[in-house]
Amino acid sequence: MASTDIALTADPDPLFEYILRLGDNSLVLGHRLGEWCAHGPELEVEIALLNVGLDLIGQARLLLTYAGEVEGTGQDEDALAYLRDAEGFRNLLLVEQPNGDFAVTIVRQFLYDAFNLEFYTQLQHSSDARLAAIATKVVKEITYHFRFSAGWVVRLGDGTAKSQRRTQTALDELWRYTGEMFAVDDIDQVVVAAGIGVDRAALKPLWDQRVVDVLAEATLIRPDDNEFAIGGITGDHGEGLRHMLADMQILPRTHPDATW
Amino acid sequence: MLQSDWPLYEVFIRGRNGLSHKHAGSLHAADSKMALENARDVYTRRAEGTSIWVVPSVEITASDPADKAAFFEPTADKIYRHPTFYKVPDGVENM
Amino acid sequence: MYTQSLNGTPTDSDLSQDDREALVRFQARIDRDEKIEPNDWMPAAYRKTLVRQISQHAHSEVIGMQPEGAWLSRAPTLKRKGVLMAKIQDEAGHGLYLYSAAETLGVARSDLVDQLLSGKAKYSSIFNYPTLNWADLGAVGWLVDGAAIMNQIPLCRCSYGPYARAMIRVCKEESFHQRQGYELISDMANGTPEQHQMAQDALDRWWWPALMMFGPSDKDSAHSSKSMQWKIKRFTNDELRQKFIDATVPQGDRIGLKLPDPDLKWNASEGHYDYGEIDWEEFKRVLNGDGPCNVERMEIRTAAHENGAWVREAAAAHAEK
Repeated sequence: MASTDIALTADPDPLFEYILRLGDNSLVLGHRLGEWCAHGPELEVEIALLNVGLDLIGQARLLLTYAGEVEGTGQDEDALAYLRDAEGFRNLLLVEQPNGDFAVTIVRQFLYDAFNLEFYTQLQHSSDARLAAIATKVVKEITYHFRFSAGWVVRLGDGTAKSQRRTQTALDELWRYTGEMFAVDDIDQVVVAAGIGVDRAALKPLWDQRVVDVLAEATLIRPDDNEFAIGGITGDHGEGLRHMLADMQILPRTHPDATW
Repeated sequence: MLQSDWPLYEVFIRGRNGLSHKHAGSLHAADSKMALENARDVYTRRAEGTSIWVVPSVEITASDPADKAAFFEPTADKIYRHPTFYKVPDGVENM
Repeated sequence: MYTQSLNGTPTDSDLSQDDREALVRFQARIDRDEKIEPNDWMPAAYRKTLVRQISQHAHSEVIGMQPEGAWLSRAPTLKRKGVLMAKIQDEAGHGLYLYSAAETLGVARSDLVDQLLSGKAKYSSIFNYPTLNWADLGAVGWLVDGAAIMNQIPLCRCSYGPYARAMIRVCKEESFHQRQGYELISDMANGTPEQHQMAQDALDRWWWPALMMFGPSDKDSAHSSKSMQWKIKRFTNDELRQKFIDATVPQGDRIGLKLPDPDLKWNASEGHYDYGEIDWEEFKRVLNGDGPCNVERMEIRTAAHENGAWVREAAAAHAEK
């Protein structure tokens, strides 16, 4: 059902909100991967995780910078990253979930990468030239991220009995956060109708196929679609994000006059 | 607990097309797919490569330094393999 | 330096008579500045010294990720966050290059890691100091990486080929580390009064430990001579320390920070800076496990290794299938 009373000029600006969602996903997940620093299971794996994290922080900078320009009140990437409260964050609940063990981190990454790959592939055709250009850069990074996370899902799922159990548990626990990736709201509808955004609901079957193929190879069972947790993209976040932001934002919040 | 390491791989990188692959270093990986990805993350973080080879270190057969004399010294006196061995009269060009 | 705890190298007294001639030939190769490669004959003591030095260096890179990693979540801008992430990632890479170089000498990485976790192997004392405020990240880059580079540049010409090649790669990558640290602490020194205070506080705490990185004074460091003869080491501890001080003092002046040494003054006749007495008791204490953070650093490293065991096993099991 298309909403007719929200136009691209509405307040809050739907395009601003839309870009924030993308930027916040990258920022929050990039931050989470950084938390693996010095805790990884092997040196090579740690380097790989940080590489993915670096890509995501780079994406966040591009997207939040653009969001700030669209909003037009002079907020730059750092104002948006460091001076918003949790209620202002627009990321998916999936990406803010704590790292857990390596299986949780890998499954979270995999479920998100599989979605993101479809999403950014289509966003390359956005009528907004800036978003299309960002998507063209980002899709290469995500292609690699998906290769990495899917590879590890297979190794862990089809590894030892212990790794299979841990990975299936991670999958079962995180599955409830996957519905939000495809839950379309008014903001989406306006931005999609303008030819700028991607219809996330339409990505579900593509995502499902991608996920199911890898899970089969990994000898893991796709959980059933039951009750989904939704609310991150409208600012309704859990404890995890609040803890994360308390840590992340402490310096700019404590020293508002400082430049770094 | 597994005490041993993942197998060691040797990494070869082609810096840019037109150059041959050159030994860059080594790393550990559980399988060759992982070795390739690890090599990408470890050895091409600064755009050092356009192509990567990974080879299990145990698959490399190397000459023995003890054979160095037998292997490499007999070529030393075959200077007739080099163009400078031959005399060409002054003024002759394009040779 | 990162290998500052090398107290004495093994002697040649256990050499067989047969090896003595080989030893003479070996030394002649070194004297001709030839590189020694993995399968070449080398005295056991040379091999042992290299394994210890290279693995200590590798352990230092890996443990060194912790004091900086502690601030990754709190980096105050996204640019700084990305830079710090890239820098720490480089350090993991450097640890990896160095473990690989050590492995060419016939030891397994798992054995080297076991030596670290059991406390048998040492790492640089510098990483047992805490990072207490954001300016510490600047001090670490400027002073710790600066001191490391001072030591590592000559190692690029070390007689052992794989070590020299690893160091060339490390030095190439490390050049941005020191500059970003200096830029960070400069921005703090020139920022608000609170930021300036943080910068000075960081410098006050990191200056002396950075000087200790070069290891004991030459007069207390008997092992240097053998390493020099083998061209594993090309400058003495005190020479490198002096070079570092002479390079660093003007850099501190330039950004308005005061080095915490009342005895520091330019000596025109010698052409370098005189400096105060280093607290060698503190150095020994920290190196032997009683520094501010030794216990935490090892706990984190051990936990990472143990928590990662099932992952390493899973990947190995999958590869078997």
